[in-house]
Amino acid sequence: MAVDILIVDDSAAIRKILQRVLLQTEVPIGKIVEAGDGVEALAALKINKIGLILSDINMPNMDGLQLLSELKSSPEHRNVPVLMITTEGAQAKVLEAVNLGAIGYVRKPFTADQIKEKLVGLLS
Amino acid sequence: MPITNSEEMHRKLVQEICAATQNVLSTMMGLASEPGQPAADSNGPGPLDGVSAMVGIVGPWAGTGAVSCDEKMACRLAGAMLMSEYTEVDDDVVDAMGEVANMIIGNIKTNLEEELGPLALGVPTVTFGKNITTRSSAKHRWTLVPFTCEGSQLFVQVLLMESVELSPARSAPVRTLVEAGV
Repeated sequence: MAVDILIVDDSAAIRKILQRVLLQTEVPIGKIVEAGDGVEALAALKINKIGLILSDINMPNMDGLQLLSELKSSPEHRNVPVLMITTEGAQAKVLEAVNLGAIGYVRKPFTADQIKEKLVGLLS
Repeated sequence: MPITNSEEMHRKLVQEICAATQNVLSTMMGLASEPGQPAADSNGPGPLDGVSAMVGIVGPWAGTGAVSCDEKMACRLAGAMLMSEYTEVDDDVVDAMGEVANMIIGNIKTNLEEELGPLALGVPTVTFGKNITTRSSAKHRWTLVPFTCEGSQLFVQVLLMESVELSPARSAPVRTLVEAGV
């Protein structure tokens, strides 16, 4: 079954790149929804049935760690898998993301193959 | 071993700027780049006709990182990143330059954290115009590395100093003044 995916990143360039990579994968993907920060992501989750979230960490308004925390406390969304795709490579931040429920971590810069490999593992 | 003075920091920054810039350009854009002669410059980015993307760094060491180039190079970088063609600086090019700076300075920050302690990054600010000149209120020197890429030049520079050297009354570690006469 095709999965709807939410991309959360304050960079439109990164959202475009991830969209392109998603469309190149051989796993079934439904709708791709975009959000520029955690606040927009929570709004998007209210009106879409999202099966996977790809999220940056450093964003204005609500960052990726705050978003993970909000998802964890939401009975409706706590089981939506979140893959972090971010420049942030500090061990403390990685651990915090994992403790808040992130299922994986890809550090920027990334190759299309790295993202595809993660997605295949998650969606197949 | 902890970094203790500006000469050591300059050498470390040159090494990290070269590694991060070449990694980002090759991985995200498939572009080869060659570093030129590093310099310690008292000025920030410019004077420049083109684009300069800056990211703040805060923590026990604080400062600013900047990635700057002319309009043609900015369009080339955005084109390679987004697989499109750009002939002038538009929102896509400005956004791509912000993300290039975020990735380069972010990787430098992460690699320095082992020796300097936890650091945090700000959100990128991108300036586009003619005769852009940047001045920092800090009295430290910027570490500047020019790169040749696709026949054009890209400048990556970082200003970093120990936070204890800052005035406690100042809310931001580095105040930059950008004079862009378009």
